[in-house]
Amino acid sequence: MTNGRTSPTHQDAARVLVTPGTGNGLADVFRSRFLLKLLVRKELRIRYRGSVLGLLWTYVKPGVQFVAFYIALGVFLGLEQSPTNRGGLPNYAVYLFSGIILVNFFTESLSTATRSIVNNSGLINKIYLPRELFPVSSVWVSAVHFFPQLFVLVVACVFTGWRPGPLEAVTAVAGFLIIALLATGLGLFFGAVNVYFRDSENLVDLILLIATWIAPVLYSWRMVQDKAGEFWFSVYQLNPLAVAVEAFHHAFWLPTTAGAEGSPPNLLTVWIPVGLIVSLAILILGQWTFRRLEGRFAQEL
Amino acid sequence: MTTAIEIRNINKQFVLRHTRSLKEALVWLLRGRKGDLVKKFHALRDLSIDVEHGETVALLGLNGSGKSTLLKHISGVMRPDSGTVRTGGKVAGLIEVGAGFHPDLSGRDNVFLNGAILGMTEEQIKEKFDSIVEFAEIGEFIDTEVKFYSSGMYLRLAFSVAVHTDPDVFLVDEILAVGDEPFQKKCLAKIKELAEAGKTLIVVSHDLDLVSHVCERGVLLEHGRVVMDGPVDDVISRLRNR
Repeated sequence: MTNGRTSPTHQDAARVLVTPGTGNGLADVFRSRFLLKLLVRKELRIRYRGSVLGLLWTYVKPGVQFVAFYIALGVFLGLEQSPTNRGGLPNYAVYLFSGIILVNFFTESLSTATRSIVNNSGLINKIYLPRELFPVSSVWVSAVHFFPQLFVLVVACVFTGWRPGPLEAVTAVAGFLIIALLATGLGLFFGAVNVYFRDSENLVDLILLIATWIAPVLYSWRMVQDKAGEFWFSVYQLNPLAVAVEAFHHAFWLPTTAGAEGSPPNLLTVWIPVGLIVSLAILILGQWTFRRLEGRFAQEL
Repeated sequence: MTTAIEIRNINKQFVLRHTRSLKEALVWLLRGRKGDLVKKFHALRDLSIDVEHGETVALLGLNGSGKSTLLKHISGVMRPDSGTVRTGGKVAGLIEVGAGFHPDLSGRDNVFLNGAILGMTEEQIKEKFDSIVEFAEIGEFIDTEVKFYSSGMYLRLAFSVAVHTDPDVFLVDEILAVGDEPFQKKCLAKIKELAEAGKTLIVVSHDLDLVSHVCERGVLLEHGRVVMDGPVDDVISRLRNR
């Protein structure tokens, strides 16, 4: 037996002994981005297989949700500003839609990421690959569903007189980033815990149920400030979801109004950086937990 | 000679958990941890083994002796409770043919997905694509969704992707019995060709005749321990005479 026929590169690699099954977490996901791309493509192809509307469902769902909220809250509960209702929010439709699509991005990401490890148990049991790929690809797929909705929002904004500046663009990107980091972090955390305790799914469903309500999607941030006072409003602002929605309002909705409503004080200087930091901290915590738990995935699944 | 696999004193206990709900775990904690929430099973005990590059090793033993668990430790799917596993060169598992195949994707998409899962780069898959399709004898069906394949076609394509991954160490778990007789012969020939090309092979199979054709060294496992390590024919005759 001889190694004479193997190539020199193989021999060089063979001299270094490494411990299998230990990776570098999210850094490995970046390294296997070709596989990530294929996993995302697979998910997009099979998500709506056998359905007539196909990818159109990503428009139908938020569309129906939007109409229902708009009629119930904007018209019946009087959140929409009109000649007879001066206290409402101007352009409530834009206000509502910009928040809804962002929160939907969050709920879809987190929900699919939480189930991604258990759903891919067949692979995780058999072959070693960076398991972070699964939650990350879930978030990515949700982002692919999110961008067409964002396009609809932009079109609606342009029609209502939206003239964006560079600052608005940066704010929108920051809002998106906050959600993407937060969803990935929580997805890693709950996805890993879900392997051990399937309660994780239900806990996440609970979080998703209140996600729309703990951010100023349907109501105005002023209502929170008025009822809760400065201190509790600051606590409210620590929620990255709330800050991200406010960032989207600042970017898309505010420029379509006369600007009388305004964004929460210090949104750009304090709260968006804080939101990014909190999301990043959750991502680090999620990655840390994931790496602590992933060693026993194969035997628990 | 360089070391392909170095395993030192590994232990693995499986925890057979009775419950998967947080509530039951909490109740158990509150009651002062009475009774066993979990049952333990010793799959590997203080196991050490070395494999040089170019060796062909058969892991033998009865069901539950720890063969597949050992393969999973070599591939990195599992980590030992104690002891160390180290590997040199690229290790690829033919642990399950077609892991990651999706019935709703075309054969072509599945080749790319499965190839990437097994650690191939985009360029490698593109370069070997024609060869993969040719070996699998899939022909024009490559753009058909895999759910319409016969089980033989499915396995042929999956096996073909796996043997084209070109790792230094091949882990083979009970997959040599794929397809019809001519294709089985072709698979066997391919595996032998890999062995002759200097690849390291670790084979788990209950087909002792087949194993004695492919492998030179045999390792007999019993209750997670190595009880015999030697030329494959000696190990097989010991296994048969027990």
